[in-house]
Amino acid sequence: MSDSANVDANVDERVKEMSSFRKSLIRPELGGICGTVAVFVFFALFAFDSGMFNSQGILNWSIVSAQFMIIAVGACLLMIAGEFDLSVGSMIGFAGMMIAIFSVTLGWPVWLSILIAFVMCVAIGALNGIIVVRTGLPSFIVTLASLFILRGFTIYLPQTVERKTIIGGVRDAAEGDWLGAIFGSKIFTGLFQWFGDIGLLATFARGNRAGQPVVDGIPMLIVWALILVVFGHILLTRTKFGNWIFASGGDAQAARYVGVPVNRVKILMFMFTAFCACIFATCQVMEFGSAGADRGLLKEFEAIIAVVIGGALLTGGYGSVIGAALGALIFGVVQQGLFFAGVESSLFRVFLGVILLLAVILNTYIRRMITGEK
Amino acid sequence: MTASKKPLIEMKNIEKHFGSVIALAGVSVDVYPGECHCLLGDNGAGKSTFIKTMSGVHKPTKGEIFFEGKPLNFERPRDAIRAGIATVYQDLAMIPLMSVSRNFFMGNEPERKVGPFSFFDHEKANEVTMSEMKKMGINLRGPDQAVGTLSGGERQTVAIARAVHFGAKVLILDEPTSALGVRQTSNVLATVDKVRKQGIAVVFITHNVRHAMAVGDTFTVLNRGKTLGTAKRGEITPEELQELMAGGQELATLEGSLGGTV
Repeated sequence: MSDSANVDANVDERVKEMSSFRKSLIRPELGGICGTVAVFVFFALFAFDSGMFNSQGILNWSIVSAQFMIIAVGACLLMIAGEFDLSVGSMIGFAGMMIAIFSVTLGWPVWLSILIAFVMCVAIGALNGIIVVRTGLPSFIVTLASLFILRGFTIYLPQTVERKTIIGGVRDAAEGDWLGAIFGSKIFTGLFQWFGDIGLLATFARGNRAGQPVVDGIPMLIVWALILVVFGHILLTRTKFGNWIFASGGDAQAARYVGVPVNRVKILMFMFTAFCACIFATCQVMEFGSAGADRGLLKEFEAIIAVVIGGALLTGGYGSVIGAALGALIFGVVQQGLFFAGVESSLFRVFLGVILLLAVILNTYIRRMITGEK
Repeated sequence: MTASKKPLIEMKNIEKHFGSVIALAGVSVDVYPGECHCLLGDNGAGKSTFIKTMSGVHKPTKGEIFFEGKPLNFERPRDAIRAGIATVYQDLAMIPLMSVSRNFFMGNEPERKVGPFSFFDHEKANEVTMSEMKKMGINLRGPDQAVGTLSGGERQTVAIARAVHFGAKVLILDEPTSALGVRQTSNVLATVDKVRKQGIAVVFITHNVRHAMAVGDTFTVLNRGKTLGTAKRGEITPEELQELMAGGQELATLEGSLGGTV
């Protein structure tokens, strides 16, 4: 309040000068930024020689982080709009299974299978949203129901048509398919080959891949993750629709009174979350060449945890896509880092629980500062 | 005073029934531009139902609404907003977690086109917010200050400024002062006065006679879904208003024992 313009009037003597530190604290991304720095410092100290930070190691945790990012972006926008989707994990299993059944069992072209899977997922997302908006029930319960329904079908369908719960052979079917390549291929392969040739990247010394670089390109999964993060961030902070997302989650009734189409915003966000889950599923199916009935298990919680670590409030109306992406990065680095550091992998869950608790406490504190409660 | 003009809104014999309950049994009110019309009444008198009918939330069971001389039929609140009837609700005016400028333009975001994409024009939004707030006498730390840090009176003022900025011709204020302290109340009343002087019709709902007398030009008292009468400033004393609101019962004796401070 030190503007020279207001010297005369209304300088409230009870408003304390805010320190720039406190100001910077009031950013949803803060927790994510601190966490990211802490995690990298930690693993640089304790696992630097384990191969975690050579080219293969970086690719390894980047892929895992990118997977988390893809679903975190959808979960983040939905949470800011004031709703949850617990069916993300089942949606991933379901979408992958549909692609495999259409392309392998029914022999349809892969591009058509993928497109139909997307249409189905987005339609189920819309249905989730419509039920939540129309009934006024908590999205927690509605999507919990979809979690079981979708998972049930994902197990039932392959058993019925193929008598097994894993359908393979998608990679052969996807050979030369244009849409399959958009999800399953790698980019910059020429560049990475050149890196290998000039000695910037390690190359295989023996075997049938001798001379090829150990990292031969950036998987499309990572590209999708980055596209979604940039898209989500711009949508949320730079558009009219982004303002509506904040408003719908902040106070749906107040938003309705000024003409924000709250129901439409929420339904669209459910659809977007389902869309993200389908991208995840498609990339996974293209990578593994198969679909399994247990794919995507617990992913809904991992997405929500990444979003909360990233500073979003569980109650909606506040959060950041960049924060959620950082949450996903922390997630991926720690999960893979513990493996590189030779730590028992079950401890990862302990870490998850602890960091989730810390993040929620920090977020509550930040919200109090913003709203001036304390 | 511009009371000689034609009424901006005429509500004629409005009736509203909810099932077997008759919430409004024929209420008529005329609102003139540049005039603050106070709607008084005790709890359950039908004030809220009446303004919700005016702002398009409820459709009247019977009766007619004329806006600028033309008959009106609102289907949704959005229609009323488009016609220039803005309502500021006591608790639901603002979203505390969002910044003042995001709140100010909520539902009316300014856009800037870059190629085929439209983006939220933050620069313009911030600029307008700061200048509008200054006009209303609120000095913000910045346009990105969260509404949660403002006091209740300031939030009401921001909501009023927002309605005026977006071209409201009629501003309905639903008990804007009932949860506020003395100083905040006087700020809001001062804001109402500023708005009225811009030629906007204000409908001010309250059950506090003092607040009504401070800014009102016309007073209508509702009781049990009926109009007990409309009076102009100077034609009625606070005591008479108070008595009308309470339906003239028992309050006389109560008031005696409380020394006339109700």
